[in-house]
Amino acid sequence: MTLTVFALAAIALLALIFGALLGFAAIRFKVEGDPLVDQIDAILPQTQCGQCGYPGCKPYAEAIANGDDINKCPPGGESTIKELSALMGVEAKPLDAAHGVEDVKKVAFIREDECIGCTKCIQACPVDAILGAAKQMHTILIDECTGCDLCVDPCPVDCIDMVPVDVDSSHWEWKFNKVPVGDIPIRQMS
Amino acid sequence: MFANYDKIIERISLNQLWDFPGGVHPPQQKTLSNQASIEHLQVEKTYYVPVKQHIGLEGKLLVSEGDKVLKGQTLTTSEAPFSVPVHAPTSGTVTKIANHVSAHPSGIPELTVIIDADGQDTWIELDPVPDYAKASKSELIERICDAGISGMGGAGFPTHIKTNNSKPLEFLIINGIECEPYISSDDRLMREHAWQIRQGIDILVHILQPKQVIVAVEDNKPEALETMSIACQQKINYQVVSVPTKYPAGGEKQLIQVLTSREVPANGLPIDVACIMYNVATCYAIADAIVEGKPLIERVVTLTGQGFKSPKNVWARLGTPIQSLLIYGDYDESQQSSPRFIMGGPMMGFTMTSVLTPIVKISNCILVPADDELPNPEDERACIRCSACSDVCPASLLPQQLFWYSKAKELEKAEEYNLFDCIECGACAYVCPSEIPLVHYYRQAKADIRNQKEEKEKSDKAKIRFEARKARLLKEKEHREEKHRLAAEARKASLSTDGGGAKDKIAAALARAKAKKEAFAKQASNAPHMTDSAESEKTKAVSVSEISTEVAVSQTAQGASPAKDGPEDDTAANKETTEL
Repeated sequence: MTLTVFALAAIALLALIFGALLGFAAIRFKVEGDPLVDQIDAILPQTQCGQCGYPGCKPYAEAIANGDDINKCPPGGESTIKELSALMGVEAKPLDAAHGVEDVKKVAFIREDECIGCTKCIQACPVDAILGAAKQMHTILIDECTGCDLCVDPCPVDCIDMVPVDVDSSHWEWKFNKVPVGDIPIRQMS
Repeated sequence: MFANYDKIIERISLNQLWDFPGGVHPPQQKTLSNQASIEHLQVEKTYYVPVKQHIGLEGKLLVSEGDKVLKGQTLTTSEAPFSVPVHAPTSGTVTKIANHVSAHPSGIPELTVIIDADGQDTWIELDPVPDYAKASKSELIERICDAGISGMGGAGFPTHIKTNNSKPLEFLIINGIECEPYISSDDRLMREHAWQIRQGIDILVHILQPKQVIVAVEDNKPEALETMSIACQQKINYQVVSVPTKYPAGGEKQLIQVLTSREVPANGLPIDVACIMYNVATCYAIADAIVEGKPLIERVVTLTGQGFKSPKNVWARLGTPIQSLLIYGDYDESQQSSPRFIMGGPMMGFTMTSVLTPIVKISNCILVPADDELPNPEDERACIRCSACSDVCPASLLPQQLFWYSKAKELEKAEEYNLFDCIECGACAYVCPSEIPLVHYYRQAKADIRNQKEEKEKSDKAKIRFEARKARLLKEKEHREEKHRLAAEARKASLSTDGGGAKDKIAAALARAKAKKEAFAKQASNAPHMTDSAESEKTKAVSVSEISTEVAVSQTAQGASPAKDGPEDDTAANKETTEL
């Protein structure tokens, strides 16, 4: 009898100690924010284009963390889906065409003599890549433009074009100029 | 871990060198072009001088279209530390500054200064250093930079950056290996201009103060070895070393390993193992720049391959389009079923996209092979896992693994297998029985990785900007709300201090407005014949503006909000007043 009581007391004591320890750790080492969301956010291309249906990359990252599909980001394309699938431990799916298709890299370009200086595109730009003031000509900082397309619709005179970025020799991808021959022979081995 | 200085000196003096792993022995084919001395070319009609001919940034243009330039005149300035200027190869007129096909495998057009020669070939006033031994290091380094010298062995690294060294240095290595088949430009240069190369070395020794100079020449070039030995014999700490022929012994890391047994760490530079290496052609150019004051405007180019009837070495001005070199080497069309011109050697060169491709600082060879001379790159077959590639890899990598990962775009894995330590020497592709263009796959993967990294950087920047913008908008909103709150409080306060009078005034104004409206409505019903819309519009506008001025007055006096019974009219009126 005393042995049982003793055992119960010992277990209760242990439970108390570990409970206190866990409680302390929960307060002392509290993680601010969701680290998974930050990790997902770091993979997303940060164009803030909203093509995924969320207002920006962070909200989409939150949605993915809560179980949304990982194939809604056309600017990121296949490589982003691959990385996300590795992070989330889910299967990589092809890009959901409902949200757009993967395109070549583009930046916005304002035809400057047609610009009326309405500042509407400036308000739409998520990364402050448009320079200008009311009734002054606007222009785009190419290095900052993410190619999100968000400035095109608000323009009342349609003077914004999305132009593909020219590839220079240091960004050239060594593409073969021929049809690739000689596939990986694993399936021929059986 | 690695051999120390004394041990290395001892072994070098006994000519007992080390070795690097792997390597291949392709047919040399050097005798095609190395028999005759280097020829000078006539002045061309047109030169195409690319603004950027080295690794790093391009300089800023100093000339504009229509300008007259003299031979050796600076065309661009070097503002950023990593940029090197280019110079006019002859005197003439700048006819155009435009994009022109580049001396790059892609052939993507790059900014090029196009100069029409006037045939006079007049030099600018040269400004040599009378005695470099009395000149300061920084002055010499600046002159090397101003002369536009970048590494002429192949990579095109700006020489002044390499020379501006503050770390401890033991070995200054002069690379006269020229291990790639066919090429003999360095060979001929050493045979004919050993003395000037020695001068270049002397200048480098003055700047860098190494403990020992090693001039390394491959043993398939006995004549060059001899001339260099004679040129360097008076100097005690200069050692000319004969290195066994093996490709790629001329690679920077490989040669350091052969001479000193030291291995340059991954992502490291030779200076991390107390070595610095220069190509012999670079030494020649340095001597030209300091002793003669001449900028780098020409280099030795080997014209070779069975597609040339008379293969040879020539002094080609930078910017010479290769079509004139083809004429000079007597290009034999019958040898090729379709034109194929390679810049560089058979192992590391690339097929040019146009015959107007200019000669640049790193072009050491134009190879025009006959149809059966080099394998056709389209004969790629499946990998049979023979592992011949890993046996010959001089960097001890696993080319087969790299191939799988590069092909499957598993870039992270490829990086894990040290893809970036690949020197792209092509030994693996050379021995591959399936003729897989392995290096091409690695280059693709490297480019992809680089582009992805850049994109990542860009997206990080975009994120920062996006968040900064969000924070700014939030701050502005808070600021606005705060202002509104303060204003509302002030209104309330003033209302409570002399609220009675103000309320009466508002009530009176509203009553007046209501009365007028009623009167107006009555008038309208009394005169139904009055259908002239413009007329009615006008009266309405007048009445509305009357109301609105009253409301505005009361608002400015008391800041009270309009009464509930006529909100639509009031807001419309407010708008109207602002319009008026």
